[in-house]
Amino acid sequence: MATLADIPLRPQEEERLAKEFADTLAVIDNLRQLDVSQIEPTHQVTGLENVTREDVVNKARMFTQEEALANARQTHDGFFVVPRIIDRDES
Amino acid sequence: MMVFLWYQELLIEMNHKNLNSLTLVQALKALADKQISLDEIYESVNSAIKESQKLNIYLTLNPQARVQAKKAYQAHLPLAGLPIAVKDNYCTKNLKTTAASLVLDNFIPQFDATVIYRLKKAGGVVLGKTNMDAWAHGSSTETSDWGPTLNPRNPKYLPGGSSGGTTAAVAANTCIAGLGTETAGSIRQPSAWCGVVGLKPTYGRVSRSGIVAMASSTDSPGPITKTVEDAALMLQQMAGHDEADSTTNPQAVPNFGQDLKKGVKGLKIGLLYSDVPELKKVMSLIEPELKTFERLGAHLEPAQALDPHYAIGVYTIVQRAEVSSNLARYTGIRYGQDRSHLGDEARRRIMLGTFTLSKGYADRYYTTAQKVRSLYRRDFAKLFSKYDLLISLSNPGFAKKVGATKGEAMFGELEDMLLEPSSIVGLPGINVPCYRDDKTNLYLGLNIMAPMWREDLILRSGWAFEQATDWNQWAKAK
Repeated sequence: MATLADIPLRPQEEERLAKEFADTLAVIDNLRQLDVSQIEPTHQVTGLENVTREDVVNKARMFTQEEALANARQTHDGFFVVPRIIDRDES
Repeated sequence: MMVFLWYQELLIEMNHKNLNSLTLVQALKALADKQISLDEIYESVNSAIKESQKLNIYLTLNPQARVQAKKAYQAHLPLAGLPIAVKDNYCTKNLKTTAASLVLDNFIPQFDATVIYRLKKAGGVVLGKTNMDAWAHGSSTETSDWGPTLNPRNPKYLPGGSSGGTTAAVAANTCIAGLGTETAGSIRQPSAWCGVVGLKPTYGRVSRSGIVAMASSTDSPGPITKTVEDAALMLQQMAGHDEADSTTNPQAVPNFGQDLKKGVKGLKIGLLYSDVPELKKVMSLIEPELKTFERLGAHLEPAQALDPHYAIGVYTIVQRAEVSSNLARYTGIRYGQDRSHLGDEARRRIMLGTFTLSKGYADRYYTTAQKVRSLYRRDFAKLFSKYDLLISLSNPGFAKKVGATKGEAMFGELEDMLLEPSSIVGLPGINVPCYRDDKTNLYLGLNIMAPMWREDLILRSGWAFEQATDWNQWAKAK
């Protein structure tokens, strides 16, 4: 799970977090006591559907390039510098 | 004991020059009548902040606050430049916003959250950013990467959370009013523990845009204030449709002040969770207080609701799933630090959410939880066909001692059990103080819930309760 979620773990933490993980699962497993076979799931409660807006630019909500990059760790010629993810040595 | 005495003395001392303890309504009136100046309020609030530094309430103070206040006052705006404490998960332009996580320890937003934008337009001033559970994951403020906030009512105890910094700021009179956010309890639970008023609006009443996201299908920003009337005033400025948040309600915002003082005569009120075994002891403390509603002409009776214990499972699964998705954006590339800076609680939640959404487990956990969520929706619909309002305790007991969350992965969920059912179905609710323990000076809170979009009803009944009882220290102060 840690790998899937890109969470770096130190070896000495693994055992503790695994135990806490199991503790939590034990609590939430009580849902299995309920019969929900005939019930539809609720994903949202607003009742709103297909909310769209006009495809026009709202300049008041726009960032300048400088603002967009203001918090970046590393930039290059007005771009974000990102770690390489293709042709990476996965070993 | 020493710390406690120190703070009691402070409270007494503060009462002599107590402009910082004015409610929002009182401060606005006193300013309009020119009885006091805005400068005097800021002097008083600033010295209260200085004297309460040990409580660890504010993470960042706004160095521009007084300049901005003066401008707002001179422009005759409705909030007149008064100082507002803001939870550190609201993005504030040019003012550090960390969500109490080391991941964002260097993050300076280039924009204001919609609520902050609206508040500033109405003449409110961001006084400072308050401590919280990191990423709002918790109910103690103890998971903050900057250490816990202490409860101003008794600093040996926690303020609750995740909006514990703001509820402490209000309780300690280090602001005039405050902002929090709630996903399932994060406004009402710390408000109960700190003895203040906290309003969780209907999901979709207040824009989430620009707030560090936790669980997008339940996150609800709301006011934390000294009185119910202050909460109505703040909500009025915060609420309304926002094109940047497609879940906000497109309908016009009603006037929350209009029926505020109409009373509760003739209302049918259902009392929830009074038969939950763990609550027996605290229920016996507040039972005499509940009679207040009957004295005021409402009809109160115990109501049967779906066991709140199941809501713990629903909320835990849905919230973790949404967290695992929302926190995927923190890569340290566009802003903030990399993922090695995530704390224990965030890592636990992200991993559990990843698990409950993963192939082979999604049906057993995520889909089941969303189906049980439907059961709660049905249950509340049934209850509201019979009752105008529902009330319950805000949380199972008094504030817990500093250190109480250690090794408790489910601390918050068990603590918020009574608020989770209504939160996962989007209902509005308010916490009003309803009991104080003389020995510890700690409070219990009453949670008043209404159908979707009926904040007017909870404000009205909260106001009536506050006026008819002695538990709110600000409600009757002149």
